[in-house]
Amino acid sequence: MKRSIIDLWVGIFVAIGLASVTFLALKVANLTPQSDSNSYTLIAEFDNIGGLKVKAPVKSSGVVVGRVSNIELDTKRYVARATLTLNGQYHFSRDTSAEILTAGLLGEQYVGLVQGGDEENLKPGDRVQLTSSALVLEQLIGKFMTSFAEGNNKAAADAARAETAP
Amino acid sequence: MMLDTLFAPLRKLGHSTINAIWKLGVMSRFLLSILTHSGQSLLRFQLTIREVYFAGVLSLIIIVVSGLFVGMVLGLQGYNTLSRFGSADALGALVALSLLRELGPVLAALLFASRSGSAMTAEIGLMKATEQLEAMSVMAVDPVARVVAPRFWAGVISMPILAALFNVMGIFGGYLVGVVMIGLDEGTFWSQMQNNVDLHFDVVNGLIKSLFFGIAVTLIAVFEGFDATPTAAGVSSATTRTVVTSALVILALDFVLTAFMF
Amino acid sequence: MQNDSFIEFKHVSFGYGDRLILQDISLKIGRGQLVAIMGGSGSGKTTLLRLIAGQIRAQQGQVLVDGRDVGRMNQRELYQHRRRMGMLFQFGALFTDLSVFDNVAFPIREHTSLSTEMVRDLVLMKLHAVGLRGTESLMPAELSGGMARRIALARAIALDPQIMLYDEPFTGLDPISLATIALLIKKLSDALGTSAVMVTHDVHKSLEIVDYVYFIAGGKIAAAGTPDEVRASDSPWVHQFVHGEADGPVHFAYPAQQSLAGSFGLEGA
Repeated sequence: MKRSIIDLWVGIFVAIGLASVTFLALKVANLTPQSDSNSYTLIAEFDNIGGLKVKAPVKSSGVVVGRVSNIELDTKRYVARATLTLNGQYHFSRDTSAEILTAGLLGEQYVGLVQGGDEENLKPGDRVQLTSSALVLEQLIGKFMTSFAEGNNKAAADAARAETAP
Repeated sequence: MMLDTLFAPLRKLGHSTINAIWKLGVMSRFLLSILTHSGQSLLRFQLTIREVYFAGVLSLIIIVVSGLFVGMVLGLQGYNTLSRFGSADALGALVALSLLRELGPVLAALLFASRSGSAMTAEIGLMKATEQLEAMSVMAVDPVARVVAPRFWAGVISMPILAALFNVMGIFGGYLVGVVMIGLDEGTFWSQMQNNVDLHFDVVNGLIKSLFFGIAVTLIAVFEGFDATPTAAGVSSATTRTVVTSALVILALDFVLTAFMF
Repeated sequence: MQNDSFIEFKHVSFGYGDRLILQDISLKIGRGQLVAIMGGSGSGKTTLLRLIAGQIRAQQGQVLVDGRDVGRMNQRELYQHRRRMGMLFQFGALFTDLSVFDNVAFPIREHTSLSTEMVRDLVLMKLHAVGLRGTESLMPAELSGGMARRIALARAIALDPQIMLYDEPFTGLDPISLATIALLIKKLSDALGTSAVMVTHDVHKSLEIVDYVYFIAGGKIAAAGTPDEVRASDSPWVHQFVHGEADGPVHFAYPAQQSLAGSFGLEGA
């Protein structure tokens, strides 16, 4: 087949296109080539997930070990059920605890896993037993206010008692 | 008479609406005929490669330069706004997401329409005006198969490649401003980007968008050329129509696709 | 005229919308004949060629080529028909993005699967036939009008057609180029034995080379005959056309609806 300079240019053009897509996939989107067989899922149920979203990272000691792949409401017990897809190379003990944490003061929310002491590991599809919900700012403030008010009342009562004591 | 002048603009509007719908029908038929006549342009791929050179390779410079500048502007503006909220770290994510999802495909398509689309229209229109298309058909060679289809496929192939290149250049421009000029941390820039960009959701969807834009722009370009009045004035107004219609269709189509995808 | 007609029009009418361009045309062109069709601008001469090429279809009547009705052919048959046909366009219609060589090679490459060497030999042969061997690598933009016309002729005869159609082959050429083209048309006609139809309004050059002439006026055949008959014709119409007089049966002025005085508002109200 006859080759011309145009073919060369078009070849370069297509190569640039492939290189661009590869760059976007690897460097920009951080595609870590991982097959589905190399990951497993765990279930974690929370009373309140706050602002947790699908695709939020799952971290252990700050290292990303997986992603939240699904969130749904269990309509029998009315708790949020989050499905965590974890990298197959990480395993966690059966008494691992999961909590919803916030990166920074106003950052994104993620699931933190804390390894327990059990000898046996969680198997794919198992449920994480120990969970603690997300901190919801309103509830936090509410709690703070009541304890503050209680503290005030107590102080006032003490003062009154001190006055009447002598 | 009074009513006549009053209703004249209304009638004109109705007229152009009917015309637009008519044109849509004719264009759909044209697309069908391109698809059924594509055998040759795929079997004799040399024909298509030649057109990829004219439509794609010759657009490289404008895509590279515009992409770079758009990315640099995004970097500057993004930094100014983000630093007000103390989140200048998110600059990488901002630049990458705005490019991948919207600016890359849309701007690359607009540039492609005005650089290659208008050239295609003018070329086919002139071939028509100088009886070259007629000569071809008298030589028992179908002009749709020989002239239109290779250009159409060349456009469809080139557009996503150009959009991907535009994205890369834009991100590089953002990197130049954010990291090299302003001095943000390089690691943070990339990791913020990688944490927020999803391969399927952002990268692939953006490229699918540009594929649609490629089909739309090239179809408009070859149709306007093929449909042009075979005179100098006819070809020039067809070229203008290509650029204007393409721009409108790209933006409208972008809205529809975005609504579907994101 | 001989019975062995290759192209035959039988009561053909054609028009765009209400405007009739050809009305009830009947004519015959014999095998191997070179026939000129003459008439004023806009008299429907080119339409006649387009009917033969099958680019348009007659609304009434039949256009028979080698006994087959062009108007009834489907797309495939039409393309089959066109492969046996060559057409020289008014301004050549060379493909401006292809070199001279590629232009002449175009029909050969599209319709045959000959080897590169064969294509090359054929192209050089055709270019030699029109006297322009050595111009292969030029682009159409670098050619003069007369050369472009000859290259287009080489392209039209690339596949040795049985029918040649010439659309105004003499328009816009200097006398020398004109004579060259006329000579080529005559030579090719005789050498290849093609049936050829030439649409033209160059009377004198055409009368020198053709076998038969049809005059068309107002969509009808106004006169017909061999060149000698035409020259000797006493019909005032043919006389006016052949001798190029401004006024005669064909009027100088367009038949305006209003009188001249009316146009300038000079008539009393």
